[in-house]
Amino acid sequence: MTRILILGATSAIAQAYARRRAAQGCTFILAGRREDRLAAIAADLKACGAGAAESFVIDLAAVDGIEEGMGTLHARFGEFDEAVIAYGVLGEQSRAEQDLALTRTLIDTNFTSAAMWTLALLKDRAAATAFTVVGIGSVAGERGRASNFIYGSTKAAFDRVLEGLQQKHDGTSVRIIRVKPGFVDTPMTNGMAKGGPLWATPDRVAADIDRAVARGRRVVYTPWFWWVIVVIIRHLPWFVFRRLKI
Amino acid sequence: MPEVTSWGRLRRVPHEVSRPAFLDAARAAASSNGAPLLCFGMGRSYGDVCLNENGRLIVTDMLDRILLFDRERGVLRAEAGLTIDRLLRVAVPQGWFAPVVPGTKFITLGGAVANDVHGKNHESVGTFGSHVLALGLARSSGEVLTLSREENSELFAATVGGLGLTGVILWVELQLKRIASAMVDTETFAIANLDQFFRLAQESGEWPYTVAWVDCLAKGTATGRGFFIRGRHAETGGLSVHGGPRLGVPFNAPGGLLNAYTIGLFNTLYRHRPFVLGVKQVHYDPFCFPLDAVARWNRLYGPRGFFQHQSAVPMARAFETLRRLLELTAAFGEGSFLIVLKLFGDIPSPGILSFPLPGATLALDFPNKGESTRRLLDDMTEVVLSAGGRLYPAKDATMSGEAFRAGYPAWRKVEAQRDPAMMSDFWRRVTAEAA
Repeated sequence: MTRILILGATSAIAQAYARRRAAQGCTFILAGRREDRLAAIAADLKACGAGAAESFVIDLAAVDGIEEGMGTLHARFGEFDEAVIAYGVLGEQSRAEQDLALTRTLIDTNFTSAAMWTLALLKDRAAATAFTVVGIGSVAGERGRASNFIYGSTKAAFDRVLEGLQQKHDGTSVRIIRVKPGFVDTPMTNGMAKGGPLWATPDRVAADIDRAVARGRRVVYTPWFWWVIVVIIRHLPWFVFRRLKI
Repeated sequence: MPEVTSWGRLRRVPHEVSRPAFLDAARAAASSNGAPLLCFGMGRSYGDVCLNENGRLIVTDMLDRILLFDRERGVLRAEAGLTIDRLLRVAVPQGWFAPVVPGTKFITLGGAVANDVHGKNHESVGTFGSHVLALGLARSSGEVLTLSREENSELFAATVGGLGLTGVILWVELQLKRIASAMVDTETFAIANLDQFFRLAQESGEWPYTVAWVDCLAKGTATGRGFFIRGRHAETGGLSVHGGPRLGVPFNAPGGLLNAYTIGLFNTLYRHRPFVLGVKQVHYDPFCFPLDAVARWNRLYGPRGFFQHQSAVPMARAFETLRRLLELTAAFGEGSFLIVLKLFGDIPSPGILSFPLPGATLALDFPNKGESTRRLLDDMTEVVLSAGGRLYPAKDATMSGEAFRAGYPAWRKVEAQRDPAMMSDFWRRVTAEAA
């Protein structure tokens, strides 16, 4: 039975993914800040078929508590087969440019702490046991754009860490999966105008992650057409790119 | 402000929309100050019970967690935004089914309670509200209450069928129904007229599910021509869940697509489908939810939207009233391809404003052609009221305050229990001049 640790279990994408894995009989450790919210998700996962689902209350973005948190996790729950790093904050770009404290929150949450958790998870692991890390990034990190480069750069930096780990662990039993969703209809994006062909449901994204994990893919753009959009945007010459309002 | 519309797509109405993802956020929204408040689930009600112009709308679709599922006793407690769709995906493999389902599975538990929905098995099990063991309600005062037939029973009676006006429904606890199979044993008969409908319906007491589909363009002695279908959960066939919609309507159909000719053609083809009559075993999905096979079928009615008339009339005058309603429809010549006819039983609902009454019910839709359609609906309402019947608020967009109050004389009991912060366009419309 696969034991899955979810960091940021109250994220809508994480919840949709956990529901799919619950139906396969996996067990869960759900980490996040809000005990009542984690309890509701744990109950739901058990109803969907999860073998067990337990909550672990922790402020994941608190950079100074990561080593201790990791120790407590291992002491209480033992080893995991899979870890999903799903938490993050979007923030408002125009505010973050003016408010350096907000900028720092974005960087600490989406990059610093996420990178440290990933390294903490992989530290001291016995090389023989299979382990999968799923990192939820974003297509926003694929090029620096005026509308969203602070959030985007935190996700890009996290992606570099995961990419480096992929190369380091290539050929071992450790697998790192970099997930890059586009626009997803979640509470995180509630401030944006939604609807239209570019928007996906959390369950659509979760289905892609589920498939990527089952097949051991390295990188997954979800839905798939974001791969095409990203390739185009990344290769736009400057004289075109500078004129785009994206 | 974002614009929201209901299933009939008659109006696009601006609202201040919030979409809480957890119950604590829903509780906070219920007790915060601001414009009048209403909850909105899947937007499957046809008229304006789910709309609240320039008010606040709490969209509940993300509140869809199952909080408890007792697989031995079939008791399920879930957040109010859980859909019947997801409920069945979880419950059917364990041998449980929703006690009552309407014609679509894309409704929330909160909406099912607020409209006290009924299904094809009304005669044998009553309404949805009859199977609600308890529910959680957040009032704008900040109070969070548990309601049941025993606890806060008056508020429970006002909330079941209470159109979401007594507060924000947070969770619902439901008694499910045991099934041995996901399949349904069915028998389908051709009926030539209303007489045959009543005879078959009365002979089908052993069958929990009964419904008739009727050709709205048939006139004279053929009034009521169509099919009568009855079903019961099968004993064999496995517990497989349903899939997604097979077809979709990607955009608005042109306004005149559904007219007397296309509907007449559809009805003729539908009536002469091969292999439809007789004994068959079918999955619960096409049996209970035939229209769910086509996603967003409401777009077929074009940009002006459509009306639905659903009424219930007491048994004593059911025959003549149904005939009169079908005649009015046939004479109008712009009927729908969906006329549903069935009998209601006499199991009382716990809800004060519950729609079903012992007798017969008829549901049919009309494309919105403006004044002429509204006049027809008014005429039909008159016929229903004079027979001691009433209209279904979840389907209605046009009935007058007088018509509502005549059909639901106990409405003041719900008004007395209404949360002062909650309001809907429907309630404003039907209670305005009675203040």
